[in-house]
Formats: sequence, C-alpha cells, structure tokens
Amino acid sequence: MLEKQGSMRNAYGEALVELGASNPGVVVLGADTTESMKSGMFGAKYPDRFFNLGIAEANLVGVAAGLALAGKVVYAGTYAIFVPGKCVDQIRNVIAYADLNVKLVCSHGGVSVGPDGGSHQQLEDIALMRVVPRMKVVIPADYTAVKGTVKAIAEIPGPFYVRITRGVVKGSTSPIIYEDGFDYKLGKAQVLREGGDVAIMACGLMVAESLRAAEALKAKGVEASVIDVHTVKPIDEETIVKYAKKCGKIVTAEEHNIFGGLGSAIAEVVTEHYPVAVRRVGVKDRFGESGEAQELLNKYGLTAEHIEQAALSF
Amino acid sequence: METAREVTRLQDISRNTRKLILGTLAEAGSGHPGGSLSAVELLVTLYFYKMKHDPKNPKWLDRDRFILSKGHAAPLLYSILAEAGYFPAEELQHLRKLNALLQGHPDMKIPGVEMPAGSEGIGLSVGVGEALAAKIDGRAYRTYVLMGDGEQQEGEVWEAAMSAAKFKLDNLVAIIDRNGIQQDGLTEQIMPLEPLASKWRAFNWNVIEVDGYDFLQLIDAFDNAEMAKHKPTIVIAHTVKGKGVSFMEWSPTYHGTAPSKDKMTDIYKELK
Repeated sequence: MLEKQGSMRNAYGEALVELGASNPGVVVLGADTTESMKSGMFGAKYPDRFFNLGIAEANLVGVAAGLALAGKVVYAGTYAIFVPGKCVDQIRNVIAYADLNVKLVCSHGGVSVGPDGGSHQQLEDIALMRVVPRMKVVIPADYTAVKGTVKAIAEIPGPFYVRITRGVVKGSTSPIIYEDGFDYKLGKAQVLREGGDVAIMACGLMVAESLRAAEALKAKGVEASVIDVHTVKPIDEETIVKYAKKCGKIVTAEEHNIFGGLGSAIAEVVTEHYPVAVRRVGVKDRFGESGEAQELLNKYGLTAEHIEQAALSF
Repeated sequence: METAREVTRLQDISRNTRKLILGTLAEAGSGHPGGSLSAVELLVTLYFYKMKHDPKNPKWLDRDRFILSKGHAAPLLYSILAEAGYFPAEELQHLRKLNALLQGHPDMKIPGVEMPAGSEGIGLSVGVGEALAAKIDGRAYRTYVLMGDGEQQEGEVWEAAMSAAKFKLDNLVAIIDRNGIQQDGLTEQIMPLEPLASKWRAFNWNVIEVDGYDFLQLIDAFDNAEMAKHKPTIVIAHTVKGKGVSFMEWSPTYHGTAPSKDKMTDIYKELK
C-alpha cells in the first residue's frame, strides 16, 4: 500500500472515456482546462458530446443545467477555485434547486496545487457545497477511488460535487491506496485499518497521510483506526458513531479549511449522537501561498506527522 | 382576413392574460406587475401561435422549450400556463402562499416550467444547453429564452451569447423585453445598455427588432428566426413597463409592487 502512484486527473479522463462507451447520454463540458483536467480524452473520442465553453465558468454551469434538463448526464469541471468558486449562484439556484443530473468534478483542491499560490488553492469548496441542499459531496482519496466515483455517480441521479487534487509528487500523482475492483460504496465510509485507541477520519490526500500516521502511532504503542470518509455528504453517521464509541476520540484530517469541511461534518455527527473529543487537522482558517506541494503540506500542518501529533494530543 | 382573425384571437388572449396577472398579484399582495405586463404579447405569440407544446404532456421530448430567465415575471408565465391548460386557473389564487403550487419565482414542481429562475442572467446559458442537446440528439425542437433588459447587465448573458454563436445554435431564440426600466430606475441611467442591438450583432447573432405589441411583427420575427441558419437569433422587443394599466406604465415603482385590491375595479375597466 502507498508505494504505487497514480494521477487523479488521469483517472477522471479514463473514467469519462469508459462512460462514453457505456452511456450514450453522457456529455462532458470543460472551461479551457480540458487538457489539464484530462476531460479532453473524452473529447478526442466523442467530439459531438464534448464542449469547451472557454474561460466562462458561470456559463459552463448554466449550459450543464440546460443539457441535464434535456435528459443528459453531464460532467462539467475545471479547477475548484473556479467551480464552485465562481458559480455558487448557478449551482444553488439551478442545479441543486432543480435537482439536476450534473456532476461537477473539479481538480486542484487544497494547497497541494503548489506554486500557483493562494489564489489557486481552493480551501473552502467542501464547505460551500456541503451547505447546498440536494448536493452530494465526494472527495476521493486516490486514482482508483476517483475512477470508481466518476463511474458510480453516472448511475445516481442528481447533483454531485467531486473534488480531486493535482497530486503531490512529480508527474502530478499521489499514492494509490485502493486495488482495482475494491469494494467501495458512495455514502459508506471505508475502514482501512482497525485500532481501538483513536479513530482517524480523513478524505482526499489526507487518507494516505493518515495511514502513515497510524503506522508511526503503532510504533509508539497506539492503535489507530483509519477511516476514509470520502462521501462528506450524505455522511455515513453509522460508521462515525460506531468508531466514536469504539475509540472514544477522533482526529479528522482534510486539505481544507478546518471550518465547514469534513472535520466540521464529523463534529456535528458526534456532538448529536455520541459526544467524544475531536481534533481537526486542516488549514487553520487562512489562505495558501506558493511553494512545492510537499513544502506547503508541511507548512500548513497537513502531513502524517501532524496527524500523529493530533492523535497523541488528547 | 385569416391573419386579421389570428391577430384578434391573440389580442383577446392578451387581454385575458393581463386580467389574470393583475388579479393574481392583487390576491398575492406582492410580486412584479411591471415586467409581467410588458411581455404579455411576447408569451402569447409563443404559446398560442408559435411553439409546439402539449399542456397535457408537459415533458413531451419534442416540445419547444420556453425558458423564463427574468424569473420575476412569474405571474405572466403562470397566467399563460393556466390559460394553456397546464394547471387549473384556481391555482393562481394561491400564488406566493404557503404550501401552494405557485412559488414566487418559477419552480420545477410547476407543470410547464422549464427552469427554476429568480437569479438573473442564467437562463440564456440554460437555453444554450437545451439547444446543444437538441443538436446532439437530432431533435427538431426549438428553445426560446426571455430575458429582461436590466438582465443584460449580468456578465453571464454575454458568456452565453459567445457560446451560442460558437456552436451555431440556429435552434435557439433569445428575446429581450426592452421596457427600459429596472428596479432602481431607467436602465440607461443605472447601467447603460445601448447600443444594445449592435452589441448582439457584434456577438454574431441574427438580430431582429420589433414593436413588442405588434403581433404581425412578432409573428414575422419568430418565423424569420427559423430561416436564419448557423446563427442564433435575438428578438429585441420594444415594450412598455406596466403595459395596459395607465398608472403602472413607465413606473419603476410597479416593477415590484402589487396592485391593491381596491384598485382592481378601475384596472378591469381599463382592460376591457
């Protein structure tokens, strides 16, 4: 586990190409980032179902809505700073309000975007999308999970926001956690490791960091459960409460502002159903900056070491 | 003779539509009469002359689509849909009331509503999506989008305009209700739009300007739009805010103020 690397954006492009063959109703939209997002792979194969709307994200989302109203399964995406960043109005007032079959798959969430700096590092998207009724929010942890998610949501009616990341190592890849064909269900948190002392609940890139943290904790005699809460909404209350009871304390980890994201969602669940102490690893209500991905993850407190420290801090 | 009879029929429907709009708003106690009254003839021409649609089968795949982008003209759309038979006219009495079918702005639970609206500037983008879907599927339906003139101040309108021209959407017709007035005053004072027709021409659209109350011009415009190939068409309809009720005409106040019930006798007299 974690030795192999994969690109989440390649997973998006490959999944779209597979969907294009199996589902003639799938239409893909981009906004001048289709090479980078790899949605261009779909465009090369199915040019009559692929549209590049240019640097016009509000229109991207509106056109997606129109295609969905006409019965299409629409995948629309660009960098997360732009969608949902520029388009909360169109997402809320048309896509979610009308419960449309639009799948917003957006890349470059988090500080791991790197040298482009704070203006390009989306740290608020989980919060923005989580509070919109009918919107479902998924933050897959690796290449395999992105591929599984992108294909699975074609079969589930209604709007989705899927956040992927640029990647932490050369070639814009990130560690692979899941084997092909693994049992992965949207809405069901994935328990990756069992331990009774502390439960680490993470999403996206932080799942791999959490697994590393659990290894380090084991060396210190602390047994951690590690849970991939990829579906932040609707959140898997049952599993969260089960591990709150089992471990008595929770560390959350996300590449997002500590306000309004996964940590907040988990705190909401345990506060209502089984209060236990929660420590949130995330960006502490500030903006990012330029630097290499790993340097930024270190500086902003988003590594296995930070998760380990949080787990030992109770 | 035939045409004259057709125009008389459309005029009768328009008169009745105005009565429905004003009665509905008086009952609701709030809402937007000005921009509903200004566009009556535009919707009457579409729903009762031009569009292929079936009120008994609102989701018919080959129906022409009408998207109301200026969502505050909901009383107009609802009156038209009720007259066409999408739902019983009694529903109009409950506009804006708790648990009612008819929401303050268009909502997808209402039969015949093609898009939820209320936030300005989005409808043309949605129309582009509907028109693209028709092209992908080889369907002959046409998409009509009614925008306000104040709405032209929204940047997204121009994003959508560029994309419709890029994709050569000759199955898309946009309409501007050019009544010159928005909530805070005159469009040309709040944020000038002119030269509006030149702007649309520069965006590579087929531009037709009409008197928004002349049915012969409206019929010609929508018929001619079908002849224009490889280009979307925009119909700029010159209209009057509050049209038909003397004290509402040209009044920014009646953009968003419902008539009081005690004014209704006079209003009905004027609309006879």
